Amino acid sequence: MIQPFLVLEGVIYMRETETIAAISTALGNGGIHIIRISGPETFRIIDKVFKKGKSLRDFCAEKQASHTIHYGYIVDNDVCIDEVMVSLFVSPNSYTTEDVAEINCHGGSFVAKNILEILVKNGSRVAAPGEFTKRAFLNGRIDLTQAESIMDIIQSENDYALKASMNHLRGDIKNDIEISREKILHDTAFIEAALDDPEHYSLDGYADKLSETLAEIINNLIKLSDSYDNGKIIKEGIDTAIIGKPNVGKSSFLNYIMKDEKAIVTDIPGTTRDIIEQRLSLDGIVLNLMDTAGIHKTEDYVESIGVEKSLKAIEDAELIICMFDASREFDKEDEYVLSLIKDKNAIILINKYDIAKFNFDDKVGSDNTRVIYYSTITGQGYSQLSETIKNMFFDNIIDVQNETYITNIRHKEAINNAITSLKLTLQNVNNGMPEDLFTIDLMDAYNYLGEVTGETVSDSLIDKIFSEFCMGK
Amino acid sequence: MNNLTYEYDVVVVGAGHAGCEAALSTARLGYDTIMFTVSIDSVALMPCNPNIGGTSKGHLVREIDALGGQMGINIDKTFIQSKMLNRSKGPAVHSLRAQADKKQYSQEMRNVLENTEHLTIRQGEVSELVIEDNVIKGVKVTSGTVYKAKAVILCTGVYLKAKCIYGDDITYTGPNGLAAANSLSQSLIDNGIEIRRFKTGTPARIDKRTIEFTKMEEQKGDENIVPFSFTNYGKSLDKEQISCWLTYTNETTHTIIKDNIGRSPLYAGVIEGTGPRYCPSIEDKVMRFADKNRHQVFIEPEGEYTNEMYVGGMSTSLPEDVQYKMYRSVPGLENVHIVRNGYAIEYDCINPLQLKHNLEFKNIKGLFSAGQINGSSGYEEAGAQGIVAGINSVKYIEGKDPVIIDRSQGYVGVLIDDLVTKGTNEPYRMMTSRAEYRLILRQDNADQRLISIGHEVGLINDDRYNDYLDKMEKVNREVERIKKVNISPTKEVNDFLSENNSTNITTGVTLEELIKRPELNYTLVACIDPKREPLREDIIEQVDNIIKYEGYIARQLRQINQYKKMEGKRIPENIDYSKVGNLRKEAIQKLTAIKPVSVGQASRISGVSPSDISVLLVYLKSIE
Repeated sequence: MIQPFLVLEGVIYMRETETIAAISTALGNGGIHIIRISGPETFRIIDKVFKKGKSLRDFCAEKQASHTIHYGYIVDNDVCIDEVMVSLFVSPNSYTTEDVAEINCHGGSFVAKNILEILVKNGSRVAAPGEFTKRAFLNGRIDLTQAESIMDIIQSENDYALKASMNHLRGDIKNDIEISREKILHDTAFIEAALDDPEHYSLDGYADKLSETLAEIINNLIKLSDSYDNGKIIKEGIDTAIIGKPNVGKSSFLNYIMKDEKAIVTDIPGTTRDIIEQRLSLDGIVLNLMDTAGIHKTEDYVESIGVEKSLKAIEDAELIICMFDASREFDKEDEYVLSLIKDKNAIILINKYDIAKFNFDDKVGSDNTRVIYYSTITGQGYSQLSETIKNMFFDNIIDVQNETYITNIRHKEAINNAITSLKLTLQNVNNGMPEDLFTIDLMDAYNYLGEVTGETVSDSLIDKIFSEFCMGK
Repeated sequence: MNNLTYEYDVVVVGAGHAGCEAALSTARLGYDTIMFTVSIDSVALMPCNPNIGGTSKGHLVREIDALGGQMGINIDKTFIQSKMLNRSKGPAVHSLRAQADKKQYSQEMRNVLENTEHLTIRQGEVSELVIEDNVIKGVKVTSGTVYKAKAVILCTGVYLKAKCIYGDDITYTGPNGLAAANSLSQSLIDNGIEIRRFKTGTPARIDKRTIEFTKMEEQKGDENIVPFSFTNYGKSLDKEQISCWLTYTNETTHTIIKDNIGRSPLYAGVIEGTGPRYCPSIEDKVMRFADKNRHQVFIEPEGEYTNEMYVGGMSTSLPEDVQYKMYRSVPGLENVHIVRNGYAIEYDCINPLQLKHNLEFKNIKGLFSAGQINGSSGYEEAGAQGIVAGINSVKYIEGKDPVIIDRSQGYVGVLIDDLVTKGTNEPYRMMTSRAEYRLILRQDNADQRLISIGHEVGLINDDRYNDYLDKMEKVNREVERIKKVNISPTKEVNDFLSENNSTNITTGVTLEELIKRPELNYTLVACIDPKREPLREDIIEQVDNIIKYEGYIARQLRQINQYKKMEGKRIPENIDYSKVGNLRKEAIQKLTAIKPVSVGQASRISGVSPSDISVLLVYLKSIE
């Protein structure tokens, strides 16, 4: 195929030498978090964000000895963000052999996330999965036997991160970004068409039109970038599907833990035909609870759609709460439901335990870290459930939180980069610079936005030129 | 039985624009070269548009010139109109284009070829490659004579199994009724080379005496003529220029085309080859861009001593009667007589993914190919590949490292890297948007990028090289001087600034800062720079560009730095990608097929993702 334009390749090359940052600890509610930075700009960035001691004195990382630790504050726009300890490792005596700093901050994912964002704002980039280790290896710091496992990490985590990032991007936002990209590409293609076929397409007066379009796109992107701060864009939390055959009490359970009446609760099997989603915070762990239609064989068309959706929800979910009704016999449908959660992160909830007539131990096992006896009437089992979920989270059985937090920051970084490129274009337009300079920054912006929607550069520009503009002799 | 055998160093198959540059470079480097053509009267033929250069193609001509090729010198001698396109835009997209006198262009090139030592031109059709153990040994022609050679360069253009088509008239010939080469394709296939079928086309030629020019807009050449060849700077190329003419198609034209689209071989499925999106036929334009109610038509002279005119923009393969109706619906062409019909041409070409960057086949040592056979389109694209193939066949014979021009050094590098890394599904045309380091790859600095390569290879002599060094010394000295010239905020200076709509200054600034302003340039500020010495125009141009675009140039240089790093990470030839853990299947297939020489090249292959590259980097390190 025809080659891309103004290169993502260039970006790839750049990436090898950029300064990278990441939260190195699992993002739960641990006591402290460590944020690691590595690369040539590390110390310059630390100087910008770190003030020493209680009196917030300027810091000069360059002048410090290697392997020293410093007390002070992370400061952003003169606002103290957190009291931290910063360890410095001077190249080549560090994990990656580059200049490395580690910021030890207080626990709570919010603080760590915030600090990572500040580092990004000051010139580092969010590290790709496995990137610190990759650098350590490429720089000869760790040995050959580890190479294979690194490659595992890189490929599998990249695939996973991409999937997570796409799955959590809201449809309307994706659409917004795609519209902006489309506009940028269209304008770029027009300029390029006019540059390549000047006798056919004229750029006279085009600058005014372009600066209007640019201003509009920039405004939209700024709004978008701001809204990333409150987690509205990337859905944070663990996608949790509540499943079971009809009338095992899924909706009642949801209502009980949500303590209000969002889901329609009735005794008629098959009421919940669509997926209902609720957000629940269990001591800081966010669950996106999805009430699903009861899984069973049905002739009813509408119901069968609901069942299909339920199956899809099981596939996508990061955690499954699988319910059985202890007041009824364990039947074929239950068996089927049980088979669906094989190899999944699932908690089994034996519901209606207050009126239990049957014992399911021989069916579902009696592992009390997975099987919980429950009653929405008496509230029995609720605290055990939340303990179980928290344990799964802290034992990293469920680890999606990390990725969504990072995705959030990564997206914001990409959108901000796009804004910077568009502003540069606008500045060039206003300064009356030649048009062929515009497209350099425009394509940068286009590529940055592609990082959000997961579309990598392809032959888009050349195809666009040919499809929209009639070129040539 | 004919058992004649001759021996040469290099055989060049074809005498078009690729063949000429290839043969000239090998002969000039002292290697006995024989060049085959189906018609000795048709060397350096321009069977389509009567011009050389244009956007990005002009860049290629300059690069050929800087490497020591002939195209620039030849067009400077034979042009009938010259124009610098995009002059109002940035220097990176300024593009020189000249209308050629086709006959003279061909005649002049033939003259040069005939008078080049070590070069023999031979009329004849090469029908077979002689290959032993994957090494080229020579060629056989249809008469049975064998020409042994150390290297062979295929520059067959559109002649392999050529088929010309308009309406239901199909002839199995090359352009202008020249004989097609019908045997060589099979020999290529027999030697494991993958062949494809491409298509291109050309408009009718019409009789000047039957055109009413009063109904058209005149398109004159530039008053100030800029040469293609760097050797012609400082010399006057002034001459009486011949105009082109602009007119437009209209709704009537489009209706005629739509009504007869069923008779178009393209739409009726008679034509199976893939055509270029850049040069669509008029029927394609009308069908694909139905909302456009008119298309431009450029009437261009085919030469000084002919009444034939080229109908630029209306390439077609419709039947003759439709061609007449269609052309006659265009203002100014109401009574036009056609001299030659428009037609489409189908031809065999190779999949360029089979080539290395030196344009040698990966699987056949000493066999090179250049030009349209590689899936490109255009005289300039062909010429650029021709000189690279020529130079590298010599390097091959000498057992030396190939000369590779990379993407940061020239459009020719972009062209070849695209062809051999990404391949192409249509005739590939150069475009400035294909070059990622466009600000560095300007037509004005092609000498700075490539002349030292030409000199090192031996195609640029010491005199010319010293002239170049002398020019650059003047450029650098002037840039340094400008940086030191201080301008005070005098009334005279501020008056000058006001006159040019530029903000007044309140404190002293350097002349450099003023030249950087978009509304000013080196020439304009002359009146506030009294100590300036007169300089040649190409030197002034360099000074201006270096100063004005310093920021962007620096940025691209940084990118180039990164690019070079990745190009420098070589991949061993015997790598087994299936043994590289964790590469995705698609990546393994693509990498195995294309055999990239560097991690940089690998990263440009479609279907190879950034994480595949990461994995590859780690693997390469681990086997070090």
